[in-house]
Amino acid sequence: MTEITSRRGLLFGAAAVSAGALLTGCTSNEPSDAKDEPAGNDQPAADDKPGKQVTIGFAGPQADHGWLNAINDNAKKRAEKYSDVTLEITEGSNDTAQQIGQIETLINKKVDVLVVLPADGKALTQVGLKAMRAGIPVVNLDRIFNTPQAYRCWIGGDNYGMGLNAGHYIGEKLKGKSNARVIELAGLDNLELTKQRTQGFDDALKNYPNIRKVARQAAEFTVESGQAKMAQLLQAQSKFDALWNHDDDQGVGALRAIEQAGRDDFLMVGGAGALSAFQAIKQDDGVLKATVLYPPTMAASAIDLARALGQGEGIGGMAEFEIPASITLYSAVVDKTNVDQYMPTGFR
Amino acid sequence: MTQPVSPPRDSSTDKVPPAQPPAWRGTLARADVRTLSLLGVLAVLILIGGITKPDAFLDTRNLQLVLTQASVIGVVTVGMTFVIVSGGIDLSVGAIVALASVWATTVATQEYGFAGILFTAVVVGVGCGLVNGVLIAYGAMVPFIATLAMLASARGLALQITDGKTQIVTVQSVLDLGERDAYVLGVPPLVLVFAVVTVIGWLVLNRTTFGRRTVAVGGNPEAARLAGIDVRRQRLYLYLLSGLCCGIAAFLLIVLAGSGQNTNGNLYELDAIAAAIIGGTLLTGGRGTITGSVLGVLIFTTITNLFALNNLQTDVQQIAKGAIIVAAVLVQRRTASTT
Repeated sequence: MTEITSRRGLLFGAAAVSAGALLTGCTSNEPSDAKDEPAGNDQPAADDKPGKQVTIGFAGPQADHGWLNAINDNAKKRAEKYSDVTLEITEGSNDTAQQIGQIETLINKKVDVLVVLPADGKALTQVGLKAMRAGIPVVNLDRIFNTPQAYRCWIGGDNYGMGLNAGHYIGEKLKGKSNARVIELAGLDNLELTKQRTQGFDDALKNYPNIRKVARQAAEFTVESGQAKMAQLLQAQSKFDALWNHDDDQGVGALRAIEQAGRDDFLMVGGAGALSAFQAIKQDDGVLKATVLYPPTMAASAIDLARALGQGEGIGGMAEFEIPASITLYSAVVDKTNVDQYMPTGFR
Repeated sequence: MTQPVSPPRDSSTDKVPPAQPPAWRGTLARADVRTLSLLGVLAVLILIGGITKPDAFLDTRNLQLVLTQASVIGVVTVGMTFVIVSGGIDLSVGAIVALASVWATTVATQEYGFAGILFTAVVVGVGCGLVNGVLIAYGAMVPFIATLAMLASARGLALQITDGKTQIVTVQSVLDLGERDAYVLGVPPLVLVFAVVTVIGWLVLNRTTFGRRTVAVGGNPEAARLAGIDVRRQRLYLYLLSGLCCGIAAFLLIVLAGSGQNTNGNLYELDAIAAAIIGGTLLTGGRGTITGSVLGVLIFTTITNLFALNNLQTDVQQIAKGAIIVAAVLVQRRTASTT
């Protein structure tokens, strides 16, 4: 019985979506390039006409950091927008064992779809598999499971792309400057994502033979560590032209150290997209000239995808009947020219 | 506590027995050997810095930087030294620093300006210390457990207050204290606070009844009780003292980082304990010096500085830090065990 319903729902959904796609194709004035769309737009990825009731289980991280807090906020706010979505939310946790327990509880509650941002993607693969086997599609948010069998759809940021775009931005700014020196204030080195960001940055710099990376120190994604490491980096490097800092939260500390050292002889590019960074970029009276996004809005999009999965729909504007298997967000560079557009997405 | 035992003298060869040195001189000599060995380690580190990065390391600004970075953890370590000398442990120092710093930087507190932030930081620190002290002294809880519980709940509360957000300080007078024009004769105000706390800590531990009682409680609580010391009250005061130091440190951190965040003071408990141990404080209590602990902190901060200046990566830093801790303790054991 349920299978027939869902299959019928799928057919209707598909028909509705393709009709919608046709209509949009004919009438929309929206630019076709996805990255030009405002990141904070309230247009859901899927059709937002109320449909079948969907219960989404959300297992998020412990919000001990600005970005992670914004993830939870985005998920909750987006779910509230839909009259046909019920969000079953577990308490955030950084503990693998605890999060496994929480997800198992959600499986037992028989939620329709699961959205999981694992504390550790690899360690939570098994419980993702378990949910999929129990017939609950999983939307894997950001930190990826070990095998595609453990999720129906993955949506997340592009750490390598962050580094790449930061490197290109700096490269273009320092073009024509011979023997340019750049330094890197990396994030927590225990995390794989930190290595990916550095790799992207290094690869981008290879395009600019006039630039040399002269120092790299890892901080801990905290204001305190950002201040401490940056103060030492400034002492070690009496002269350099650009700095890439992986994270805007530790950037608050890094900017403090730069101010305390009285330095303003270089340009700085941040990462993530914190409100304070956007404001500094807009004011344009300090070293921070740009930040590379790692948008927490991905959590809102994950809720959209989960709802579409639950209702058996595709994504509006795309020809496919089903939602994609994986979506990687674009790490856009926000500088003075486009900061107003991104301001509403800035997290505290 | 223990007096040096003079070795048995062979009276046949030693016709004229030398005058017995006064007891205080023995204590001083023993402490000096320890202090000297720590100074030696520090000198070696400075030498390494001078050779590898002569212009950046041997620079007034770098000295100011190292001392500033040592200040926050240094103040915490002074309080921790008292607790460890009394045979206790305080695992909650980092969490108290976090809680005090976020409470003191909430928007509401910032309305009261400099005094509001300082007052809140200190009160929260002392309040947490009071809870620790009451649980340990009058609730007969093991310090390890009581302060572990405080660690968990203070971090949780800090997270609840901030909601994971970074609380940026907007009170200019607080921020000004961390700027370079606030330096007094080239000394950053944070370092002055650290120096004052160190001197007071040294005087209290070495020159007051309170200090002697602390050592006595740590050496042998039962004997201390029989000698008429109110052991429980003494313990209460010691955790209060540690909490007070955390409150002061939280204020210094607010000045330094210009913000309050629930991740502040991360792993301070381990750094403070390690600095005290390197400084010659016995983990079992009864012995320890403020000078040693402060030198321990300076050794740590200098190492971190050396790593950053030489651009060593995190993995290498961690391995080297571990090795240096072991080396420092071994050197110290070797030189100290002979006296």
